[in-house]
Amino acid sequence: MIGHRKDLLGLEDLSAEEITSILDTGRTFREVLDRPIPKVPALRGLTAANLFFEASTRTRLSFELAEKRLSADTVNFQTSGSSVSKGETLRDTARNIEAMGIHLVVIRHQASGAPHYLARILNAGVINAGDGTHEHPTQGLLDIFTIREKLGRIDGLRVAILGDIMHSRVARSNIWGLTKLGASVTIAGPCTMMPAEVERFGVTVAKNVDEAIEGSDVVNILRIQLERQRAGLYPSLREYARVHGVTRERLRRAKPNVVVMHPGPMNRGVEIAQDVADGENSVILEQVTNGVAVRMAVLYLLAGQHAPAESATEATPTVEAVKR
Amino acid sequence: MNRPIRIRGGRILDPARGIDRVQDLWLDQGRVAGLGEDAPAALRNRPDVEVIDATGAIVSPGLVDIHVHLREPGQEEKETIETGTAAAARGGFTTVACMPNTSPPLDDRPHVEYVVRRAREHGLARVLPIAAVTKGQMGEALTEIEDLVEAGAVAFTDDGKPVRNAEIMRRALELTRPLGVPIIQHAEDPDLKGSGVMHEGWVSTRLGLKGIPDAAESVMVARDALLAELTGGRVHVAHISAARTVDIIRRAKARGIQITGETTPHHLILTDEAVAGYDTNTKMNPPLRSSRDREALIEGVVDGTIDCLATDHAPHTDIEKDNDFDAAPFGIVGLETALGIYLKALVEPKHLSLSDLILRMTRKPLEVLGRAGGTLEAGFDADVTVFDPAQRWTVRASEFASKSRNTPFDGWNLSGRVLLTVVGGRVTYRAEAEARVS
Repeated sequence: MIGHRKDLLGLEDLSAEEITSILDTGRTFREVLDRPIPKVPALRGLTAANLFFEASTRTRLSFELAEKRLSADTVNFQTSGSSVSKGETLRDTARNIEAMGIHLVVIRHQASGAPHYLARILNAGVINAGDGTHEHPTQGLLDIFTIREKLGRIDGLRVAILGDIMHSRVARSNIWGLTKLGASVTIAGPCTMMPAEVERFGVTVAKNVDEAIEGSDVVNILRIQLERQRAGLYPSLREYARVHGVTRERLRRAKPNVVVMHPGPMNRGVEIAQDVADGENSVILEQVTNGVAVRMAVLYLLAGQHAPAESATEATPTVEAVKR
Repeated sequence: MNRPIRIRGGRILDPARGIDRVQDLWLDQGRVAGLGEDAPAALRNRPDVEVIDATGAIVSPGLVDIHVHLREPGQEEKETIETGTAAAARGGFTTVACMPNTSPPLDDRPHVEYVVRRAREHGLARVLPIAAVTKGQMGEALTEIEDLVEAGAVAFTDDGKPVRNAEIMRRALELTRPLGVPIIQHAEDPDLKGSGVMHEGWVSTRLGLKGIPDAAESVMVARDALLAELTGGRVHVAHISAARTVDIIRRAKARGIQITGETTPHHLILTDEAVAGYDTNTKMNPPLRSSRDREALIEGVVDGTIDCLATDHAPHTDIEKDNDFDAAPFGIVGLETALGIYLKALVEPKHLSLSDLILRMTRKPLEVLGRAGGTLEAGFDADVTVFDPAQRWTVRASEFASKSRNTPFDGWNLSGRVLLTVVGGRVTYRAEAEARVS
């Protein structure tokens, strides 16, 4: 369990202790992933549904893999703006979930707060796999997990988060999680993509990318969405790359062993230079691997609340069962 | 014909005439016959008078709400003239002005006449239709303003949308000036609003919801104030939500510009913090704003910059509101909770006296429309609201007379229970004795 929670909706809601317990459990599962048969029976008998109302490849695959590695049964539901309005789909889908006896729901939705809506009406546990421009808690957790693996701690680190903060659910989850664990977070990006009163997150707003990178232990580079240009938030990709793109040159201002992260998918040559993406400080592929472990941890910890009633003692997973 | 009515022993509050005293109110032939001994002796001696006891209660002129969406014609699943005016009666309102963003919109004589007729046949309140400024509310061609006034239109608005084009706004102000009716502006710059769903600020940042800056409202009010100055026409700003708007109107009034304004119960009592749980009953347009804005609205109401109070009663079905925040429509119902919310927001914290609140819910809104009434003076319409300001009650959306239940106040405990509503000498609402206590 994460506290006594039914759902994981955002890192804003979690305490430092809860986050740490997820990270610690994630490390156990990270070891499982290196075994010859990387699979444990922890969630046998439970069914997880992956509801993706918005296109996603890596997050959906990562969750599905995490569920399978835990021996859960999985069903997938994907939609992309069908003839039914999204609202009808969401409510009707919720009713179907209730009817099918699903224990855990993983939801990705274009509307901020959609997982909260589902969590309110469902008995099943709800995991937010990214809601609009709100939060992406498992991405935040896997980023923090990766930093901790690399640098051994979070407390006292200087983390720079760069790019489109306003529309980034990754930024929000990272900011909540990192600041709760004692990191100092500096953000930078175009003024048009800096949300109102952003300093109230407890972050420092740097004048520009260079100032944010200065002396940092971690540089997390956000993806720039091409549609933001159409909305007039930046003039051109060329201008964006020139003013905000992270290059090897710019990275020299960071600490020598700086950890470079990107939640993907990358626009190489725009927000991140090719040689930075593939450079020796980049942990971008490790983020992907760690993502499976962290999602296993979240599924496992929430599943404690949703074990099938008739075989609760047998099916409720224990850390011992996982470690064996 | 209804029997004469004697409302006995209540505290008569008629702020338009500065009256505040315990006296009987006599109603006859659909009109106010007089207070106490001033009522004709012949009436006081009649045997068929219906006596209604109002001891301990306030007897005020009927409440007036000049911003109501009755949804008829075309959106009867949300509300009808019958259910909307029943909600009005239950909330103590005797007159409501209805917005033209129906489908089709009230942009020609037949549709305005339809509303007038339906209200006469089925209404439990007086219904004053407000007609569209532009045909189809498309913002392009003006409606037949004089014909519509003849048909019964009391004001013009494209509410739901602003009159975006400054040239059209100018011409509308010029054409309405000689008629003495205002243009009611839903002030919102559509480009600045964009796809925003709540106030732009720390809460929208935290929730990841697209913000609507306060300037979306204020820039258009500033423009309209200048157009009112240019034309000598009269602008009324609907549902003011932002501190900057209050400031602009205050300055414009000081310059002698004919501009008036209203605000709503929800903007006076809630802030954007209420959106934190993504409850779609906190989604309205204009959005709930910051506590600084809320304080400025209260100041504006107190000093008269904001002339009157209105609800922006905006019914939507459960199906529409039961949704994610982005997808749900803007708006909440207000008629059945307005009095209690205003008492809580304005009178209980002693920002306004009870009498000053009643003034802003009776005479003032009628003045905005250039109409007489809003008083218990003999000869005026027998429109009366009796309420007990101290009596506690609990909001139960399931018991609303409105067809819709979209309120953020469900379950709230409020003071100020409406006991009786009378329109033209006819009782339109009477609280059941057992329902009074909660």
